[in-house]
Amino acid sequence: MHIIIVGCGKVGRTLAEQLQEEEIDLTLIDTVEKTINDVTEDIDAMGIVGNGASINTLMEAGISTADILIAVTASDELNLLCCLIAQKTGSCQTIARVRNPIYSQEIGFIKEKLGISMIINPEYAAAQEISRLLRFPAAIKIDPFSRGKVELLKFKVLPEFHLDGMSISRITEKFRCDILFCAVENKDALTIPGGDYIIHDGDFVSIIATPQNTALFFKKIGFRTNQVKNALIIGGGTISYYLAKTLIDTRIHVKIIEKDPNRCEFLSDLLPDATIINGDGTDRALLLEEGLETAESFVTLTNFDEENIFLSLFAKKSSNAKVVAKVNRLPYTDVIDDLDLGSVIYPKYITSDSILRYVRAMQNTIGSNVETLYHILDSQAEALEFAVHDHSPVTGVPLSELKLKKNLLICCLTRNGSVRIPRGHDTVEVGDHVIVATTHKGLRNICDILEK
Amino acid sequence: MNYRIIFYIVGWVFNLQAIFMVLPCLTAVIYGETDLGAFLVSIVICLAVGLPLTNKKPQNKVFYIKDGCIAVALSWIVLSITGAIPFILSGAIPHPIDAIFETVSGFTTTGSSILTDVEILPKSVLFWRSFTHWIGGMGVLVFLLSLLPLAGGYHMNLMRAESPGPSVSKLVPKVQSTAKILYTIYLGMTVLQIILLLLGGVPVFDSLCITFGSAGTGGFGIKNDSMASYSTYCQVVTTVFIILFGVNFSAYYLILTKKFKQAFKLEEVRYYFGIILASVILIAVNTRHMFSGFAEAFQQSAFQVGSIITTTGYSSTDFNQWPALSKTILVLLMFVGACAGSTGGGIKVSRVVLLCKAARKEFQLYLHPNAVKKLKMDNKAVSHETLRSTNIFLSVYLLIFCGSILIVSLDNFDLVTNFTAVAATLNNIGPGLEVAGPMGNFSSFSYLSKSVMIFDMLAGRLEIFPLLLLFFKDTWKKF
Repeated sequence: MHIIIVGCGKVGRTLAEQLQEEEIDLTLIDTVEKTINDVTEDIDAMGIVGNGASINTLMEAGISTADILIAVTASDELNLLCCLIAQKTGSCQTIARVRNPIYSQEIGFIKEKLGISMIINPEYAAAQEISRLLRFPAAIKIDPFSRGKVELLKFKVLPEFHLDGMSISRITEKFRCDILFCAVENKDALTIPGGDYIIHDGDFVSIIATPQNTALFFKKIGFRTNQVKNALIIGGGTISYYLAKTLIDTRIHVKIIEKDPNRCEFLSDLLPDATIINGDGTDRALLLEEGLETAESFVTLTNFDEENIFLSLFAKKSSNAKVVAKVNRLPYTDVIDDLDLGSVIYPKYITSDSILRYVRAMQNTIGSNVETLYHILDSQAEALEFAVHDHSPVTGVPLSELKLKKNLLICCLTRNGSVRIPRGHDTVEVGDHVIVATTHKGLRNICDILEK
Repeated sequence: MNYRIIFYIVGWVFNLQAIFMVLPCLTAVIYGETDLGAFLVSIVICLAVGLPLTNKKPQNKVFYIKDGCIAVALSWIVLSITGAIPFILSGAIPHPIDAIFETVSGFTTTGSSILTDVEILPKSVLFWRSFTHWIGGMGVLVFLLSLLPLAGGYHMNLMRAESPGPSVSKLVPKVQSTAKILYTIYLGMTVLQIILLLLGGVPVFDSLCITFGSAGTGGFGIKNDSMASYSTYCQVVTTVFIILFGVNFSAYYLILTKKFKQAFKLEEVRYYFGIILASVILIAVNTRHMFSGFAEAFQQSAFQVGSIITTTGYSSTDFNQWPALSKTILVLLMFVGACAGSTGGGIKVSRVVLLCKAARKEFQLYLHPNAVKKLKMDNKAVSHETLRSTNIFLSVYLLIFCGSILIVSLDNFDLVTNFTAVAATLNNIGPGLEVAGPMGNFSSFSYLSKSVMIFDMLAGRLEIFPLLLLFFKDTWKKF
């Protein structure tokens, strides 16, 4: 499989890093020679300096034999042009990043008429993720599977839950909830736990369950799960716009603090129901004046990671709000995770996850394919959803008899729209959707879950 | 410095060396020679060191350019020393320095020999001598890369440190596939030459050894007079193939992928053939009176030019007897060397072309001091970085060259001998002129001079910096 990535910014690079672990020939195109040199230093890929919308550059990159072209340069128009030219010169699928809100309403038209296979809008995707968190503030991270029927949800174990020292099988027994613990992170490592794994305070636990069951479980352990009533957003960028729009639709009161007066006017024009404050979001007095202490949620979306982190820490200290921080820079995730910021959103990961999902789905071989894919912790583990289309060694055999890979857990089976947490005697059948959590990388079809 | 992974790679080099030595073992078995023991003991020694080192895959696979250079330099030193063991054990070359000289000369595809009479050596030893050329030609780590999947993009650093030329480009996105393609082309051309030689009636053993020597652009002969006693057909086939092995291998890849236009447009390859053609004609005219006809003069001149510019070092006639002009051209060709990305040595045609272009640009800057002009190669702008490293390469190269001549001159040979001997070893050619000429050898040099030349050969093959890095104090500092 040959993939060409145009644009080696943060997203391009993250994508390349994740794709290189799979059996893929990568060609990277960027206009800046130094960027190409830096990237190919770390990544086993061919680098080409040039304009990705130029036919010659694309030919040099081997567009005629490429399977997918991914355009993730800073400019929407260039991305679309790259895809158009790539389709005319080769016969590949194209993926473009388009994030201007003006185009976002026309995405259906662009995809259909221009023949682009996939349009990604990282800002919109990030806003969706944040809005999910605000509707269910107990979670640090929520990733939906099977169109929202099942959720992968991460939360921190606090002392008031009285779960410390209990094994997973005891927890499920005691609370009688149909949930599944699919990953536990603590200081040392990430584990795909078995039933005898002991949970401790401070662990980050990822569970898979239907939204109803999750809510039930949280109620039983005594965790506040109500949707927030208001949101204080710092920074009025594109994510803020999408987020505010989604939140207002679900009747959450939104207050946006933005420095640039022109941008404020623009936002107030587009979002008449939101309160737009023109001021410096890092000003302590202003934050307190605008009711930080009584805010139920606090979302920092400025362009500076440092500001976002700093403000989140301040909000944690001075209020009970659900805090969500946006972080652009990826290499420091380990430090950020230690800070206890609440929820952290990495728009770059959201983008590369959705592209990776598409790429994996294209590679499917034996009649099953990856529908959804999420990273659980800093790409140490993945949760994947497979759609099973055909008979294979996995189907029809009780799960307890399958020789599964180590550090792999079948978390959930969706059959005819009903969701069940699988037990040992269950079988995978054709037509099922299977969710798997694992530390193995590069699973492409359902048979990959078996020990070779 | 990631010592774990460096040792892991060096360990693999030990293992590979053991595998390589199986071939001379077979030769010994076929010819019923008693040197089998020497090779078997060497294999055991290599495995005894290699297997424990490669037992566990290192966890930390982060691999910077410095680790790459050190791993490559150490690997080549390991190759040289372990490769010399059979020579010593079999008694073919008793003195360790001599044996290492011969091995280094083999692996670096130099072809300078300290042996006065090669015809009395056992076949297995001769085979091993020639086979080291073949391994060294494309590089042992490139071979390793084609076999060993090291995760991440880091192993480009290994390839960069071992492959000749100012800038290394991959043929295909994956390093491993690139290495595989390179070795496939290499192997294919080798087999082709062997077949053509066999068709010409050359004995199997001879055609194997001649081909190994030409493929790696090495030049160890298995006859005392190198190639002079072989038929004209054999010489012509060898001439064509040596010149082909000196071409940038990416040209072959372009041809294989049917991009003929691009292949024939490669600037370096065009200059390479231009230089060869011009030199051949000049020398043929110059040496016409020494041969029975112009055709023979042309053929002999083509053989010598091809052999010298690709830094092979075979000779089909004693060019030491040629007129001064011809000898001078040959000496100059020694420095030019083959194309980057080939198996040849020397400064490389691309660097010479680049330097000439830079000089031309300098002239223009005198005329138009504020002119902005980009150097172009293959219609692409050459980055300032590439040009700078080319300049530095040349200066360090000259420094080493001068230093080596100075030390070698202690032996009291004439200037021509010293000059060409150092040029022949630093550029990985083989024969020089006078004492070190095609009919002579390097045995009369002192052990000090030989050690210097061993260093020169390694430095020349690894393009100086990876090897010099070993002697740079800061390399070994922890911080």
